[in-house]
Amino acid sequence: MTGTLADPHAARDHARSMAGTVVEAMPVLPPTAMDLPADAHADDLLWEETIAAGGYATRRLPRGARLRLIDLKGDACASLLIFNAEMPTERLNVADTVKVQWNAYLGEGKLLLSDMGRVLMSFIEDNAGLHDTFCGTSNAATNGAKYGDGSNSGPHPNGRDRFLLGVAKHGLQPRDVHPCVNLFKGARIEEDGAITPQVGPFAPGRGAVPRAAMDAIAVIANCPHVLDPRLEWTVTPLRATAWRGPVTPVEDPIRNATPEGLRAFQNVEDYFRR
Amino acid sequence: MTVDPHLSGLAGTIVHDAIVPARAPWLHHVAAGQTLRIVDLEGNQAVDFLLYAAADDAERYSAQDTVAAQGNLFLRQGTVLRSNEGRPMMTIAATSVDYHDTIGGACSCESNTLRYGHHTKAQHACVENFLEANLLEGRGKRDIVSNINFFMNVPVEPDGSLGIVDGISAPGLTVDLHAEMDVIVVVSNCPQINNPCNAFNPTPVRMIVAA
Repeated sequence: MTGTLADPHAARDHARSMAGTVVEAMPVLPPTAMDLPADAHADDLLWEETIAAGGYATRRLPRGARLRLIDLKGDACASLLIFNAEMPTERLNVADTVKVQWNAYLGEGKLLLSDMGRVLMSFIEDNAGLHDTFCGTSNAATNGAKYGDGSNSGPHPNGRDRFLLGVAKHGLQPRDVHPCVNLFKGARIEEDGAITPQVGPFAPGRGAVPRAAMDAIAVIANCPHVLDPRLEWTVTPLRATAWRGPVTPVEDPIRNATPEGLRAFQNVEDYFRR
Repeated sequence: MTVDPHLSGLAGTIVHDAIVPARAPWLHHVAAGQTLRIVDLEGNQAVDFLLYAAADDAERYSAQDTVAAQGNLFLRQGTVLRSNEGRPMMTIAATSVDYHDTIGGACSCESNTLRYGHHTKAQHACVENFLEANLLEGRGKRDIVSNINFFMNVPVEPDGSLGIVDGISAPGLTVDLHAEMDVIVVVSNCPQINNPCNAFNPTPVRMIVAA
């Protein structure tokens, strides 16, 4: 092998011969999706990618974009960071998200709030129903202890190290990695405060569609939930699809559902008054 | 000579002793092995609390790593306060209040506009204190993460409902924190007047460091 690839032309031909290879986890360029909802046009597709088990992906999304995440095989865990793309010091604030909405469990109609009193994203659809705002993601120490090796270069990558790479792709640093939410895995809180992880596996094909209220950078890591009790490192691929959509109108029912949420949308509208 | 009841049971030499006025920030470096005692002088005063590793302040307290590691939302005696790298920063060595909160976050001018209305935007808030203290050492907004609220009570109901409710603290109650590494402690003595966390009346707290 090394003999035949010893000259640059042979190496080039070898590399080029890989074109067209299709694997399970990869982006589709240009994006195509056969299963867009009726109100989404193929021309508005922005992103189509399957994120590997243990992998990560990042994307800058314009205001109004819909981000559809699908747990293809029932065991994905989408750990999510969100930044205001034009001012990334503004970012998801999990504490404000649960406190302002007087509830910790995410689902259809719920908002993901920034630390500046604004809506970053809101869930226009969700048929998973189980998400986690409390536990955060795994790190090198937790995965090392559970699986023997938690490094990016090893077989059991951890969520935090995925996040560090993901934010770095947007010029951001470790201090930009903030508390995250986990989609598709739940954490039920008992009366004494005990956390019961709800990790499945679940039926394949569960989905959630957050809608961007601002130009946003989403950083998604797909690693096992930090409290997954299974001895084996277990996670399955996650599909991400995004398309352009209208900016939330004033009559939007999610915008107007609660007084706190309405003020968060009004703060967004005020920010874009320019 | 009168005995100071706030020093009861605190071993070692007192190396720092300060009253944090109502509504004010506080920043102090605590060395590994030292103990920080926080005294709720007048009762039901939320103490918003962040930690940074003195050696590298990109490593800081992580509420999520802390609750995940112990499998429980509430901070009690024995709770290890963990960093974003999962390392022990401080341990709750003793507490005369059953539990403390770490999911409720800090009040800010911006979140106050959501929770109470835009008429509260000009009120002082914990994030203002966190910023003011952190800016003294070159940290900024990116360094503010989910914090601890000592002496604050945030129950979670079976349907996920949660809220800041009446406190379970009382005058003179304390929490003792043993430093597992050299840490920078940043506190906001919460100025919030729109919910029960400070009994609608912010009051001073006392910070005592023993070595």
